[in-house]
Formats: sequence, C-alpha cells, structure tokens
Amino acid sequence: MLSSHIKKTGNSLEKTEKGSWVMKYIISGILGAAALGLMATAASAGTLEDVKAKGFLQCGVSTGLAGFSAPNDKGDWQGLDVDFCRAVAAAIFGDGTKVKFTPLSAKERFTALQSGEIDMLSRNTTWTINRDTALGLNFVGVTYYDGQGFMINAKKLPGVNSALQLSGAAVCVQTGTTTELNLADYFKANKMEYSPVVFEKLEEVDAAYDAGRCDVYTTDQSGLYGIRLKLSSPDDHVVLPEIISKEPLGPAVRQGDDKWYHIVKWVYFGLLTAEELGITQANVEEMKASGNPEIKRVLGTEADTKIGTDLGLGNDWVVNIVKAVGNYGEVFERNVGQGSPLKIARGINALWTKGGLQYAPPIR
Amino acid sequence: MATQDIPQDVGGGRASLFYDPKVRGIFFQILVVVALVAFVYWIIGNTVENLKRANIASGFAFLNGRAGFDVSDTLIAFDSDSTYRRALLVGFINTLVVAAAGIVTASILGFLIGIGRLSHNWLIRKICTVYVELFRNIPPLLVIFFWYFGVLSVLPLPKESIELPFGSFLNSRGFYFPKMVWGEGSMLVPVALLLGIAMSWFVARRAKQRQMATGATFPVFWTSVALIIGLPFLALVATGFPLSFDFPQKSTFNLTGGLQIKPEFLSLYLALSFYTAAFIAEIVRAGIRGVSSGQSEASAALGLRSAQALRLVVVPQALRIVIPPLTSQFLNLTKNSSLAIAIGYPDLVAVGGTVLNQTGQAIEIVVIWMVVYLGLSLITSAFMNWFNAKMALVER
Ligand SMILES: N[C@@H](CCC(=O)N[C@@H](CS)C(=O)NCC(=O)O)C(=O)O
Repeated sequence: MLSSHIKKTGNSLEKTEKGSWVMKYIISGILGAAALGLMATAASAGTLEDVKAKGFLQCGVSTGLAGFSAPNDKGDWQGLDVDFCRAVAAAIFGDGTKVKFTPLSAKERFTALQSGEIDMLSRNTTWTINRDTALGLNFVGVTYYDGQGFMINAKKLPGVNSALQLSGAAVCVQTGTTTELNLADYFKANKMEYSPVVFEKLEEVDAAYDAGRCDVYTTDQSGLYGIRLKLSSPDDHVVLPEIISKEPLGPAVRQGDDKWYHIVKWVYFGLLTAEELGITQANVEEMKASGNPEIKRVLGTEADTKIGTDLGLGNDWVVNIVKAVGNYGEVFERNVGQGSPLKIARGINALWTKGGLQYAPPIR
Repeated sequence: MATQDIPQDVGGGRASLFYDPKVRGIFFQILVVVALVAFVYWIIGNTVENLKRANIASGFAFLNGRAGFDVSDTLIAFDSDSTYRRALLVGFINTLVVAAAGIVTASILGFLIGIGRLSHNWLIRKICTVYVELFRNIPPLLVIFFWYFGVLSVLPLPKESIELPFGSFLNSRGFYFPKMVWGEGSMLVPVALLLGIAMSWFVARRAKQRQMATGATFPVFWTSVALIIGLPFLALVATGFPLSFDFPQKSTFNLTGGLQIKPEFLSLYLALSFYTAAFIAEIVRAGIRGVSSGQSEASAALGLRSAQALRLVVVPQALRIVIPPLTSQFLNLTKNSSLAIAIGYPDLVAVGGTVLNQTGQAIEIVVIWMVVYLGLSLITSAFMNWFNAKMALVER
C-alpha cells in the first residue's frame, strides 16, 4: 500500500515537472487552430515530397499503450502501430529507422494530424464515418480489428461475470474516444446506470482504476490486455466476455493528398500480401530469386515493372518493408501475439485465407 | 486627449490639415482601426478557406448535435441524448460553481490567516506564516494532486466507507450525505428564510439610524441570527415538518441514494481555496498594515476595544487597499479552475475538449473558451470596480 502510494506521488511530481501540460494542451489547441488559420494560401507541396525533404517520417502514436505503441526499457518505441510507421518509412527511404514519433493523447491526435504536425496517424484509432468526413481524415485500412470490452477487479467484485451486472458502477474511461460514446450507448440501451470517471491521459485513467476510484475500466479489448499488464496486481483483474462495439483500428492521413494516401494504404496491403505469399523477414532475399510471377511482381523483380514507381516509391518497396519489420503476421505475433506478453490470438485478424478478415486487393 | 490643450491655430491658418495634430491623430486612429479590421477579416477568410480545403466542417451548427457522451458531475439535467450546447453549459456551470465556492472559501480563509499573521500570539502568527509560505510557493497543480492523490484517493473503498454522523459516509469515491426530500407545503420555508433576511436587514438599518441619533446600541447580530434561523424553523413547525431524508446506502458497487460530492470537485475546490487563500492573506495583511497605526491608537483613545477598533475603524479603511489586488486573485482563481482537466473534473475546458475531439471543431471551441473566460473576467472586474467605488465613497 505504502509503496504504491509513493509510486503514485512520484508520478504526479513527474507530471508537474513536465511543465503545466494543461496549458500545453490548451496552447496546442490554439496553435493548432492558428495553424489551420494561417496555413499559407499557396498550395503546399505533397506530403511525400515534404517527408523526403525532411529526411524522416513524423508519425503520431499513443503515449504508451503496450502492444501498439509504447517505449521499451531503452526508450525505443515498440508495437504494432509503431512498426506500421517503420514500414512506411522503409517503403520511402529503404530504411525503417527514418521515423520520428509524436506521442498523442486521444484528444490531441486529430488536431495534430489536421494541422500538419504529423505526416500520418498510427495510434489505435477507430475508423468512423464522422472522422472520415467532418474531421477531414482518410483512414487507409484496418490494421487491427477490435471491439470494446470491460475489465474489473475480480478479487474485489466476486460474482460479477457479465457486463450486464454493472449497473451502478463507476466506470473509468479516457475522453475523446469512441469508447466514451459506446459506453453511454451500451448502458442506455440496457437501461443501466453508471457514473463516468473521465480523464484525458491514459496514465491518469490507469492510476485511477488501480487506486479503486472506479470499479470498471473500459476501452478497446486489446488495450485492456495491454493495460492489465501495467496494473499493480495484473492477475486480480479479468476482462468480461462482452464486446460492445466494433473498433476497426487503422492509420489515417489528411484529406487532399491522394498520392500520400495511396502510399500509406498500399504499405498496409503490402504487409498483408507478403504474409499471404509467405515472404518473411528471414527469406525475403531468397524470394527475390523466385520464379513465381506473383512474387516477382510484388518484390519488384519483374522486368521493367512500374508498380513501385507508379506509387511514387522504388520498385523494391515491399522488399524494404519486409526487411524492416517483416510481414503482417510477423508484426502481429511480435507485438501483440504469441511473441509478446499480451498473447492475443490472431482471431478475426487472421488472413482471409485462414478464416480472418485481413484481405488485400491484388498487387498487379 | 492631450491634443485638445494645443491651440488650434498652430502653424497658422493656412497650414495644411495634415499638420493639425487633432486631425492627424484622428487620421492615424482610423488607419489603425481599418488595418486591424482588415487583418481580422483576412485571418477569418483565410481560416475558412483552409478549413474548406482540408475538408473540415466549420461553423457553430454542430452545437445542436447529440452529444453521445455522459458527464460525471452535472447540476442541470444532462444525458447522452442532450446536445453539445448543453454539454458546454454543464461545463460552464461547473466552472462557475467551483470558482464561486473557491472564491468564498479562499476569501474567508485568507482573511483569517492574514489577520492571524498580525496576531500578538506567537504560535498563531508562526502557523499563519508557515501556511502562507508553503502554499504560495507550490504550483497550484501540485496542490490539486496533493488533495487528489495524497488525501482523497487513500480513503477506503466504498465497502469500507468511514461512517460519519448524520448518516454521512466518506470514501475514495467522495463524500456522501443524506438528501433532503421536501414534502408538501415546504415552499413556506425558503419564503420564511427570505423574510428573515429582509427583516434582519431592516433591523440593522433602523438600529444604525437610532445609534446615530441617540447613541443607544442594539444587539443586531443576535436579532438577525434569531430571525434568519427562527423564522424558517417556525415555518417548519407550522407545516408539520414536511421534510424527510434519503440516506446513502451501500450497494454492489457504490453507495446509492443521498447526495455525493465527488473527489474531483473536492480536490479542485480545496486546492484552489487553500492556494489562493495564501495570496489573499498577504493582501489582507498589507491592507491592515497600510492603515496608519494612529488610527488604532485613536480608536483606543476613544475607548473602543481592539476587536471593535479592527471591525469599525481599521478594516473599512484596509478594504480600500485590499480590493484591487483581491480582484486579480479572484480572476486568477477562476482561471486556475481550468486545471480541473488534470483530475477529470468536468469544467468548461474539460468538457469543451471532449466536444472538440468528438466533433473536430477546434477553432469554434477555442473561440467559445476565450469568449467565456474573457467574459467571466470582465464581469468580475466590473463588479469589483463597482464595489471599490462604493467603498471609496465611505471614506471620511
Ligand atoms: N479506439 C478508440 C480508443 C482509442 C484510445 O485512445 N484508447 C486509449 C485507451 S486504451 C489509449 O490508447 N490511450 C493511449 C494514450 O492516450 O496515449 C478511438 O479511436 O477512439
């Protein structure tokens, strides 16, 4: 008890040291707004040209969600979303390390993308119609099919084994997410009451839930597994079986730059195609010698191919992607699957050939 | 304005208008206004143009949309079916409530501590000094975290709530107390209360007039207490106590029933009050020190006791010194209330941020924030200026 308390106080000290991030938030909001207001009326160059001129890709990720985007002990970013950024960087530069990460809370992410602070957003973000239209974004695809779930402390609440027993509970949730909207809908639809406990930062939600300020933690189910690992006694907590929403998580770019949109979209399809064809980080060099016309097309070894250059990249773009991060299956297993502490099964995120939903249009 | 003092015929009657300082002054003022308007117009046009190009919707029409999220602390009816406009209103009311409660508590606390620092009692003086030095030198966000993580979150969970008198409970989810449920005929009680206040005011006025005329005093304070408490009580008796209580009860998760003050509000309110009180204490001390000691000595010579001298002679004069800096403390407290976002109290900034994110209407929300805080500040200053002017007139 004492030690956890000390830890918490340390945490808050640290937060204050970072300077008043509340002010930072407001100021970044205002600056974002100002940036939208002051963007030169002259048409800006395409994002690809900007990125090439800068020499690196600026990628928006979360502030630390295990499995998707979180810094490891050495401070290197890791996760499925992070690897996607690296794949895009590899496709452009032939080097997956030419990427810089901007950690963003749920609330900051869209303004950061709209104002041009980041080149793309890869941060467990749900694709919705509102974000695709009113917010001026373009989602490129679904890198992880998820759904919203609930987590409770089974030790403190024995006997609760369904979300339908949660009436009257205090529920911790992060603001600016689809999560808080689904939560309201679900309790309303089931005629249950709850009292929301809403924070802006992930670490605040975690701390509040860990301290017992709320009975229930709700977010994307994959997120729950990642968050559970960081709690003071992970084994006490269980994720309830109900999935109350569809959360297709995927990367997004700004509207109005089709070329850039196509690049990011096809990097995703490239990852899937590589898995489908059995191209892995280990065998990609050998595969280049393959006589299979489909593999030749994908790896750019076909004579006089224009597939990569039409996209605005080199013809070896898929080779570079796979060399940097592996294929989709490898990325999945390393970050959230069996090779990670999360141990999430492929489930609906398996390839369509294996009964899942991951499906790429043909590269031809 | 100064130009008016300069003789009109400087430079002779025939000199061109351009050399007339008055004309020139007006000319440049118009020029600045035109430039400013043009600049603002350009910014707005540019923004709208850019938003359109980025395919981001703009305008305030989104305010009528369904919010879709819930807010934890609402004083007016609100649920996820309400509009974004109402969500912002909820946030605004929460800002007002915490600011108003903070201002009242900080003023009382600050006043007591300020006087305490001038006390003849060594211990009181030292305690007050330590208080001021401590809270004045800690950033307000840290004070909020101190209350939230240091005090309120180490309270027991709902199942092991601390039981307090009158059916109240304290736990890490807040402070729970019985809710008064008013029955039939209970409208008489607030009426009686208002009547009591009105009568007290009237009695105070008459007593003062009488004292001016005859010198006889009247126990105004005790009469007022009797009126303000007694009349509503009589009303209660007359209507046969139409009052029942809804007590908080333990349920699976939380306590249900009764009223709850959440820890987010409590932390913010306590932190803002304690923090600002330190500054107000210094202002009060300076104000009292600023009244020359001849005033207290003269009062003593006239036979006033030191408490009387303080109340009747020193404080009224000190107030004149105190009010202007006090105004800026009130404004600071109101603005600091936006730190609410750090602990999840749904004030205007927090709720506005949620609306901003759910709708993507960044510019509109930032405009609303700025207008509201500016408006609050202007209203507070206007009120304090009025109060200041009123106090200044009393000077003899
Ligand atoms: N998928 C949802 C929720 C995503 C989300 O923000 N989840 C939280 C809780 S798991 C998170 O990742 N926070 C990380 C952060 O704020 O850095 C959305 O797009 O609105």
